[in-house]
Amino acid sequence: MALDSAAVARIAHLARLGIETADIPEYARNLSDILAFVEQLDAVATNGVPPLAHPLEARQRLRPDEVTETDRRELFQAIAPSVEAGLYLVPKVIE
Amino acid sequence: MHRKTLRELADGLRAKAFSSVELTQAFLDRIQAHDERINSFITVTAEPALEAARAADARRAAGEDGPLLGLPFAHKDIFCTEGVKTSCGSRMLDNFIAPYDATVTAKLKAAGAVMLGKTNMDEFAMGSSNETSYYGPVRNPWDLDTVPGGSSGGSAAAVAARLAPAATGTDTGGSIRQPAALCGLTGLKPTYGAVSRYGMIAFASSLDQAGPMTQSAEDAALMLGVMAGFDPRDSTSVERPLEDYCAGLGNALQGLRIGLPREYFGEGLDGTVAKVIETAIGEYRKLGAEVVDISLPNSHLAVPAYYVVAPAECSSNLSRFDGVRFGHRCENPHDLQDLYVRSRGEGFGAEVKRRIMIGTYALSSGYYDAYYLKAQQVRRLIREDFLKAFEQVDVIMGPTAPGTAFRLGEKSDPVSMYLSDIYTIATNLAGLPGMSIPAGFVNGLPVGLQLIGNYFAEGRLLNAAHQYQQVTDWHRRLPGGF
Repeated sequence: MALDSAAVARIAHLARLGIETADIPEYARNLSDILAFVEQLDAVATNGVPPLAHPLEARQRLRPDEVTETDRRELFQAIAPSVEAGLYLVPKVIE
Repeated sequence: MHRKTLRELADGLRAKAFSSVELTQAFLDRIQAHDERINSFITVTAEPALEAARAADARRAAGEDGPLLGLPFAHKDIFCTEGVKTSCGSRMLDNFIAPYDATVTAKLKAAGAVMLGKTNMDEFAMGSSNETSYYGPVRNPWDLDTVPGGSSGGSAAAVAARLAPAATGTDTGGSIRQPAALCGLTGLKPTYGAVSRYGMIAFASSLDQAGPMTQSAEDAALMLGVMAGFDPRDSTSVERPLEDYCAGLGNALQGLRIGLPREYFGEGLDGTVAKVIETAIGEYRKLGAEVVDISLPNSHLAVPAYYVVAPAECSSNLSRFDGVRFGHRCENPHDLQDLYVRSRGEGFGAEVKRRIMIGTYALSSGYYDAYYLKAQQVRRLIREDFLKAFEQVDVIMGPTAPGTAFRLGEKSDPVSMYLSDIYTIATNLAGLPGMSIPAGFVNGLPVGLQLIGNYFAEGRLLNAAHQYQQVTDWHRRLPGGF
């Protein structure tokens, strides 16, 4: 499927991804090429083939419900762009 | 010293021919002298390396020994390293000092291996040429106008130029094997789940695996022995007993059944590369192996299926980079949306953006069945092809890459770049182990022979590679000028 500029802008918005307006036509071309390439898959009959999500078809392992990790908030927040009183700061959301 | 393999350097340490400090300093000096030409390191950790070397010397003096004790290595900048910048080749993480060690990092540290620094890579491991790195392209030591492959291009170039005796890599669609092939190294992507992914920055979680990039199969066996093993912190880590990958290296190959998939020798393969591969297969015949023609009929669907599955998982994994908790944040965001959009827009490069957008589109409402579900069904067909083949043969062989190293800037459209992984991607989709070993040269550039094994057959692959390296010396060749 060929994507036009409006479709690229919509996808970029869904992904919260800033792209320059001037670059949109090139993204539209590249992404359309990739999708056209991927559409080779349409020619394959896959009716009744169960999807394979995990190469070894392993099931998710469960562990006992026990505390194994300690609180390392200060360490992890030391690399955050903006924190105060143990909280991450972002621009005001509610007026 | 730089001409020696890990195994030979370990023997030198044992014989007290040199200390780990001397060895580490020698490689740090080589990085200082040569890396400017190839740009293989993002960060060199000279002081911590010497400190680790002193600690390793002390452990050895106290009577300890181990396969990697005191041996230097280069670490792909995708693995978290506590207190050391972990950029993943991206502006997004240019300011990220990892607060903890990846399991692979911790295991190498505990074994006394000495990290020389963090190597350059395609941004978030998305690329096959190392040209998408925020830190600039890496150059192939065999020809500085060509690429080293990717995404583990810095690791490959560093070992090829012998700025490090060995390196770590990760492989989501060929990112260990293809650069190993283009740079003349031995590279191994283990079975999915064999090596922990904890602390390894995620690209496509159902495909990513870490492995060694070395000068020889024996070195790869030594390194894999330290890297592999069950990890409760990785929910996809496989619980199985530890293996001694060196134990079977010496086995004779008499009767080994090698399958040559006809799809790996057709259109798209460079004729001169095909000749090198045929000669290598001839060596295997001389070693007593039986060669059988096989078919992997869905091979042509691997790259298209991958470019749905990998971007879908990437768009999900990379949603964590939001400018809030760590990584790049834009200046003066006027609201929360603006914070997300601009931080991500500024932090990610073009190829990462393309893949996030493809993945977002493929997973968006109304398109899931047509793309993602379809690709997962095709993924099963690809896996079944391999399982059928392994009923007949022990190892599958073919080229690692369709050609030798290409020139910087040569593959400018994404789809032509994606096709450089045409022979490596199917093994990731199936979760099988794969290797690349040096098999010869075309016009002075290395050619890699790919070996694919059944699940957890790393020992068998290493054995087959090691026996070949006993009767050939391609893996001992060094590029001129280094």
